[in-house]
Amino acid sequence: MIPKPVVASDLTKRFDSFTAVNGIDLELEPGESFAMLGPNGAGKSSTMKMISTVSPVTSGELKVLGGDPQADGPAIRARLGVVPQEDNLDEALTLRENLMVYARYFGLSWSAAGRKADELLGFTRLEDRAKDQVVSLSGGMKRRLTIARALVNEPDLVLLDEPTTGLDPQARHLLWERLYQLKERGVTLLLTTHYMDEAEQLADRLVVMDQGKIVAEGSPANLITQHVTKEVLEVRFASGHEFDVTGLGLRTEPLADRTLIYTDDGEGTLAKLVNDGHTPASSLVRRASLEDVFLALTGRTLVE
Amino acid sequence: MMLAAVAYPYRVVERNVVSYRRLWLVLVSAMFEPVFFLFGLGVGLGQLVGDLEWYGEPISYAQFVAPGLLASSAMNGAIFDMTFNFYYKLKESRTFDAMLVTPLSISHVMDGEMAWAMIRGGFYSVTFLGVMLAFGLVTSWWAVLMPLAALLVGIAFAAMGSYGTTFARNWQDFDILFLITQPLFLLSTTFFQLEVYPSWARPIVQLTPLYHGVDLMRDLALGSVDGSALGHVAYLVAVTVIARAMVNRRMARLLLT
Ligand SMILES: Nc1ncnc2c1ncn2[C@@H]1O[C@H](COP(=O)(O)OP(=O)(O)O)[C@@H](O)[C@H]1O
Ligand SMILES: [Mg+2]
Repeated sequence: MIPKPVVASDLTKRFDSFTAVNGIDLELEPGESFAMLGPNGAGKSSTMKMISTVSPVTSGELKVLGGDPQADGPAIRARLGVVPQEDNLDEALTLRENLMVYARYFGLSWSAAGRKADELLGFTRLEDRAKDQVVSLSGGMKRRLTIARALVNEPDLVLLDEPTTGLDPQARHLLWERLYQLKERGVTLLLTTHYMDEAEQLADRLVVMDQGKIVAEGSPANLITQHVTKEVLEVRFASGHEFDVTGLGLRTEPLADRTLIYTDDGEGTLAKLVNDGHTPASSLVRRASLEDVFLALTGRTLVE
Repeated sequence: MMLAAVAYPYRVVERNVVSYRRLWLVLVSAMFEPVFFLFGLGVGLGQLVGDLEWYGEPISYAQFVAPGLLASSAMNGAIFDMTFNFYYKLKESRTFDAMLVTPLSISHVMDGEMAWAMIRGGFYSVTFLGVMLAFGLVTSWWAVLMPLAALLVGIAFAAMGSYGTTFARNWQDFDILFLITQPLFLLSTTFFQLEVYPSWARPIVQLTPLYHGVDLMRDLALGSVDGSALGHVAYLVAVTVIARAMVNRRMARLLLT
């Protein structure tokens, strides 16, 4: 039987008196793609570091690929691919050397390492830059190389800590497409993100994290039906013509610059507002997203 | 287990070999530094100083200075890799973090980095020993042990240097390093005999690690090996073992948080 890639129960990480991860439960299935969605400081990276065996667990249980991170660190890491939040590529080496040297750490022979490097440079569309220095790469390319590096050992579990933060849309889409391919090959992915669209794109299942705790869990579609309505009507009234929309829709959420009205029929609700003579200065009907789930659960937005 | 303890550090050494392939000029140029000192001071100053007395025998100033320069270059070779480069990998490029999510552990990484510093230092000491031989500055068969002694000096400073580096907060902190290594280079009997120092200063000089390296090297080059040479070896081994254990603990505190 294949062990579950990650099983955590009541997992806790404290730094001195500060609790970064506060008793979370996780259970990943082999082959699935799982996301931890949460704002900065939620405890995502701290969790990832415990899973990658480089951060001792303060309390609770953690099993990674069937092993204990403390006792079986090297054996676990041999089957793990890690993409940290901050790229830590070897700037003294070329792209190809980065991959080859890293493959050697996993015990590949030089010739196998060379073949692996070429294959992964192809997979991440970096083959033209094979002989370049890392410093010459754009942010998106560095990220792709870091992902390529995490794959040199053909890992069973790949940890991706905010894989696309700070990248432009084009670079993000290319990355998502590559990650999607990995997922199709059956590699288990565990990723963190504070972009709800990233979680929606890539995750079969996700947990929403806030202040070290898991506040919700499920598939993206499930979470939306569970916690919010199908549609959201966003309205902004001209100053002097504010109108209290409380009671419209199932729930309303006043934000600094606009008000969100949760309703299963956005157009209908808007028509009602207009009929009653409260035409907003601007309005937008959209599908509810994970962002709305987070707002409903915590009263705050994901990306400040 | 035995295999991993050798194989993993070996791959860390390989990483350094690959990274220095384009920087071979940096490696080779450092080889000439002690040679310049030898000719500038040993020969030039030697004309003014004349012969010295060593264990009752007359020796030239160049014979006196050369072993000291060999020990100092072993120190400098190790210091460079295990301070500046070490800091860069630890705090800037975070190369060590990347290594530690592979099967490598902290002791493998440290063993590999130390071994690389040894290889680099060993290369300098062997080439300099060649220069000493060519100029007749070696008068004893004990000198065949000089490369080993240079490795011992190198590993002692590699261990101490990396330990100190784990406390550095920024690049400015490395000014302190020069405040330590420059006086060591000048004052550890590299250029003057211990008897030249005022009597109150002698015990201080004798406490410093480079003094033991310099004196050991001189004993080997000039064939004056006695019990004190064993004392030097014991001192350097002890420093290495202690600093080596402490740096592993510091690294775990910094990297496995
Ligand atoms: N090494 C550390 N020492 C002290 N506090 C830390 C350390 N690492 C993280 N934290 C704190 O733990 C909290 C969670 O951080 P992190 O896990 O990085 O969150 P996220 O990745 O979700 O943004 C933050 O408040 C952060 O400041
Ligand atoms: Mg983070």
